Amino acid sequence: MKKLLFGLLFCTELLLAQGTQKGQLSGNFESNSQIYFMDADIGIDSEDLPDERFLMNSFANFTYTTSNFSSGMRYEANQNSLLGFDKRQNGEGITYRYAQFNNQGLDITAGNFYEQFGCGMILRAYEERSLGHDNAFDGIRLKYSPFKGLYLKALIGKQRLFFDKGKGIVRGVDGEISLNEFFIALKEVKTQMLIGGSVVSKFQKDLDPIFILPENVASWAGRFHIHHGKWIVGAEYVHKYIDPSASNNFIYKEGQALLANVSYSKKGFGFSLAGKRIDNMSFNADRNLKGQEVSINYLPALTKQHAYTLATIYPYGTITNGEMGIQTELNYKIKKGGFIGGKYGMGILVNFSNAYSINKTQIDKDTAIGASGTMGYNSDFYKVGDEKYFQEFNIELSRKVNGNLKITGSYINTHYNSKIIVGYDYYGMIKANIIVLEAQYKLKPKHSIRTEIQHLSTKQHEGNWAMGLIEHTVSPNYFFAFQNLYNYGNQTKKNYYPNVSVGYTKRTMRFALGYGKQRQGIFCVGGVCRTVPKSNGISLNISSSF
Amino acid sequence: MLFTDVCCVSQNSTILLPSINIKSLEGKTLNTKEFDNKGKPMVIAFWATWCKPCTKELNAISDVYEQWQKETKVKVIAISIDDARNSSKVAPYANGKDWPFEIYLDDNSDLKRALNVNSIPHTFLLNAKKEIVWQHASYLDGDEEELYEEIIKL
Repeated sequence: MKKLLFGLLFCTELLLAQGTQKGQLSGNFESNSQIYFMDADIGIDSEDLPDERFLMNSFANFTYTTSNFSSGMRYEANQNSLLGFDKRQNGEGITYRYAQFNNQGLDITAGNFYEQFGCGMILRAYEERSLGHDNAFDGIRLKYSPFKGLYLKALIGKQRLFFDKGKGIVRGVDGEISLNEFFIALKEVKTQMLIGGSVVSKFQKDLDPIFILPENVASWAGRFHIHHGKWIVGAEYVHKYIDPSASNNFIYKEGQALLANVSYSKKGFGFSLAGKRIDNMSFNADRNLKGQEVSINYLPALTKQHAYTLATIYPYGTITNGEMGIQTELNYKIKKGGFIGGKYGMGILVNFSNAYSINKTQIDKDTAIGASGTMGYNSDFYKVGDEKYFQEFNIELSRKVNGNLKITGSYINTHYNSKIIVGYDYYGMIKANIIVLEAQYKLKPKHSIRTEIQHLSTKQHEGNWAMGLIEHTVSPNYFFAFQNLYNYGNQTKKNYYPNVSVGYTKRTMRFALGYGKQRQGIFCVGGVCRTVPKSNGISLNISSSF
Repeated sequence: MLFTDVCCVSQNSTILLPSINIKSLEGKTLNTKEFDNKGKPMVIAFWATWCKPCTKELNAISDVYEQWQKETKVKVIAISIDDARNSSKVAPYANGKDWPFEIYLDDNSDLKRALNVNSIPHTFLLNAKKEIVWQHASYLDGDEEELYEEIIKL
């Protein structure tokens, strides 16, 4: 009945609108499915298989727009969710619907919406479908821009928790001024300056039998962004008031986060440096949930996001209870000519990042660090802690050898504190070296062959991995790929993980069919991760948009 | 179900660019309605610093851009969906690659969502009236030639 009503509303709007102005309907669809098989070689027996044997995640979005009005909905059907996704995601229904209109600069949204204040460290509602993450708000949002250069936002809402909603009510306001656009006197100034600030608070009833918990928890943030010639400098600071929660073991301590970055770039050269400090900054719309399902804020991991398979085996995720780290990256294009530059020049990319614990000392000699119901710990803002969480060095060289052949070589050295990041008590610090060689060769116009050879060596955890990939693409429609992973150099298992896939794309319609084995691993985007179990099966992905 | 069918009949064949706020590399907010190429075609390409096929596509277009512009006066606008994890690396990355495109940030994927992009890379072609006349998901080596054939048709 609810669905029918919505459909009716949806159409009425459309038909009404036709009289005055042209409306348009657009949308997209995606479905990812897999059939699961047993595989004694990699240790999958019938108990590990899902009862259904066949699982599918799918959704479709429909959006209707006129010049001042838009509305839309998403229907999701996960019957049932693929292995590796949260089981609370099983189900079907309308998970997103909204109506939005704009009247003389005032933009009003009723229903579901995504939003970000500043860089998101105080508030960010977003979706990352590959992770099954969606913490969209359900509520009201106002956006107002009275003058060019001044942007105001206010919102109130509850966040999506799979097919339910988080317990807390989130309220927030944000303002941003582009000084050069706002003040006439600064219009001609070469330096572009921007400042902004936000206040966010959440409400959740205190039903705790032991502790007296704050029902309203506030936080505030300030930020700036300066652009001068080839330089960009920016920073954001967030402060959160006392918020005892399952994530911080119910300590009565305020939280803070700082993210600062500077970059310099010109033709053929780019450099960036970023630093952050996070202390007790998990900010959850439900204090009793430990995960990030209804996280109000987003704390980015300041590490390189890798694309090569073996480089994604040990991904970092932000430690929200406290970390300090830096990241620096250099991009350089060596001019053509000479032995190094060759006929087309050579690209160099160097990246270094690390993350350490923050300094923590006891509040008094009788209280353990982080004990529930206490102030938790003291922390010196400028002091780095003793424990290393992560460190990575990466260099990548890319070069066009001739009109048809491109090669890329990459080296990565990783230190991965698996006890802290993923809770592998037994392995501790995993140190790995990874080498990747990629070659792309154009056979004839629109036909290309791409190969990857990768190797990861480590004495810890699962030992060494080797991988090979070959891919043939025929533009604009087809691809065919075969890859094989080999795990060796450990005591217990020596396993192959072969996989073959074919794909067909026609404009925005895409089919991909795969058959093979998948290694067990952690899959992360941004600061959010999910564990993907090992599997053997046939997968089919279909996507389309109009 | 019946209603939905009725709705679909009235769908237009071309889609106008939605009105969404994005950010320039200088930090300024601007609306997609401000995209302009003086009545000549525009290409909008979604990318991210961590997306290999995306950067491959933009590298490929960058190699032939001078010739494309000479013949069609087309403008390429590259929209990065990098969020706070990588957004400060976008300017150094694009400049390091020496890309000649206009580059903007869509750091919470608002424009990506409004344009119904499933995954990146995803490329749109706009005609003189800023209507989306062609779009393509994913990038395979040589796909830029198909895009160019579409640009020439305008």
